[in-house]
Amino acid sequence: MTSQPKVHDVIVIGSGPAGYTAAVYAARAQLTPLVFEGTQFGGALMTTTEVENYPGFRDGITGPELMDQMREQALRFGADLRMEDVDEVSLDGPVKSVTVGDETYQARAVILAMGAAARHLGVPGEDKLLGMGVSTCATCDGFFFRDQDIAVVGGGDSAMEEATFLTRFARSVTLIHRRDEFRASRIMLERAKDNEKIRFLTNTQVTEIEGDNRVTGVRLRNGITGEESTLSVTGVFVAIGHDPRSELVRGQVELDSEGYVLVRDRTTSTSIEGVFAAGDLVDHIYRQAITAAGTGCSASIDAERWLAETASATTTSTEDIDLIGAQQ
Amino acid sequence: MTGTEKTSKTVNVTDDSFSDDVLSSSTPVLVDFWATWCGPCKMVAPVLEEIAGERAGSLTVAKLDVDANPATARDFQVVSIPTMILFKGGEPVKRIVGAKGKAALLRELSDIV
Repeated sequence: MTSQPKVHDVIVIGSGPAGYTAAVYAARAQLTPLVFEGTQFGGALMTTTEVENYPGFRDGITGPELMDQMREQALRFGADLRMEDVDEVSLDGPVKSVTVGDETYQARAVILAMGAAARHLGVPGEDKLLGMGVSTCATCDGFFFRDQDIAVVGGGDSAMEEATFLTRFARSVTLIHRRDEFRASRIMLERAKDNEKIRFLTNTQVTEIEGDNRVTGVRLRNGITGEESTLSVTGVFVAIGHDPRSELVRGQVELDSEGYVLVRDRTTSTSIEGVFAAGDLVDHIYRQAITAAGTGCSASIDAERWLAETASATTTSTEDIDLIGAQQ
Repeated sequence: MTGTEKTSKTVNVTDDSFSDDVLSSSTPVLVDFWATWCGPCKMVAPVLEEIAGERAGSLTVAKLDVDANPATARDFQVVSIPTMILFKGGEPVKRIVGAKGKAALLRELSDIV
C-alpha cells in the first residue's frame, strides 16, 4: 500500500503497552491509526516472564502473551499495524511526516511511544560477546545455561526477576550490583535473597567481560576497596536499566537532560502542536505496563481532541477554554 | 500469533533433517533458531515469513526449535535467541543475533544473497 498523498489522522510510533493502547483508543474513535510497531514490537514486556501486577489477570500473564492480546485488540478495531522501524520524522507544522525506508507517510497528529531501550554496561568485551554469553533477555537465553555458573548485573526489579528466573536453569547465579542498596521492590529483592542459588556481590562493578568466542568470566572491581578479581561465568545477563528511545525526535520535541520527552503538565502534549508522547519514553518514575497503557490512552484522547479542535478551528471562534489542566 | 502455522512459507528443520535440508541445500538457507518461550522470536517470525515469500527460489528460510533440537543449537554455539544463521554451501556464512526488522535483516543479508 503506497499512501504518499494521503494525510492520516494519526500515526503512532511504538508498540509497547503505550503504543497499542493508543492504537486501540484511536481505532475505536475511528481515526484508523497507522502504527509503526518497530522491529522490537511489543516493547520491553516481550522479554519479561510473568507479569503479576497487570490488573485483570489475577493469575498473572506472560509479557509476550499480554502484548499479543493488546496487539490483537488494536487489530480488531482496525488499527493499521506495520512492523517497521521509523527512520526519520518531521514534526513541525500542521502535517507531520514519518519516513520508513523509501516511503514517507503523513499525518496531522503523531503519538510517540518508542519506549526505552535496555542499557548496556559499556565495558570491553560486551558488544563482541553479545549473543555469545552476554544476554539482555533471560527468558530467551536462560535455557542455554543449564547447570552453568552465570552472573546477573543490576540492582532493580528486572535484575531480581532475571536472577530468580535463571535459577531454574543455572547451577549458580551471582548477582553483581555496584552499590549496596537496591532499587528493586522489597518483594522482588526478598524473593531473590531467599533463593539459595543466588549469591549477592554488592559494591562491585564489572570492568570487562572476558572470552573469545564465548564468555569465560567477568573482571570485577570492588567499589570500596578497589580490589580487582575475576569471576568465572559462562553467561552474563545485563539488567541495569533503560534509556528512553528519543533519538528519533531529538532536536524536534523538547527532552529533559536524560533524554525523556517532556510533556505539558498532566497531559501528553509535547512541545510541538499535534505531537503527543506516552509510556516509558516520557515516564522515568513509574515505568510500569499499566502506567504506560494509561498514558497511551491519554495520548489517544489528547490527539483525538486536538484533531477535533484544529479541524473546527477555522470555522469556530477561539472562545473554547476547555483546558483540561493544561495551562502553560 | 502462531507465525509458523497458517500456510507457512518457511520450513521446519530438526536435528535429524538439518544435514539434508540445510547443509546439503543448493540454495542458501537462513536458519532461525527459536523457541516458544522467546518473546523476541515472536517478533521476527512474521518478518521471516515475508522474506521467505518474497525470496522464494533464491533463499530458503528454515526454523529450528532449539527446545526440541538442542544438538544443532549446540553445534553452532547458539546461546541466545533469536539467532539467525545463513548457510551457503553447507557453511555458516553470516550470523545475526536478536530480533531485527525486515529492512535491517535484508540489509544484513544483502551482501550474501
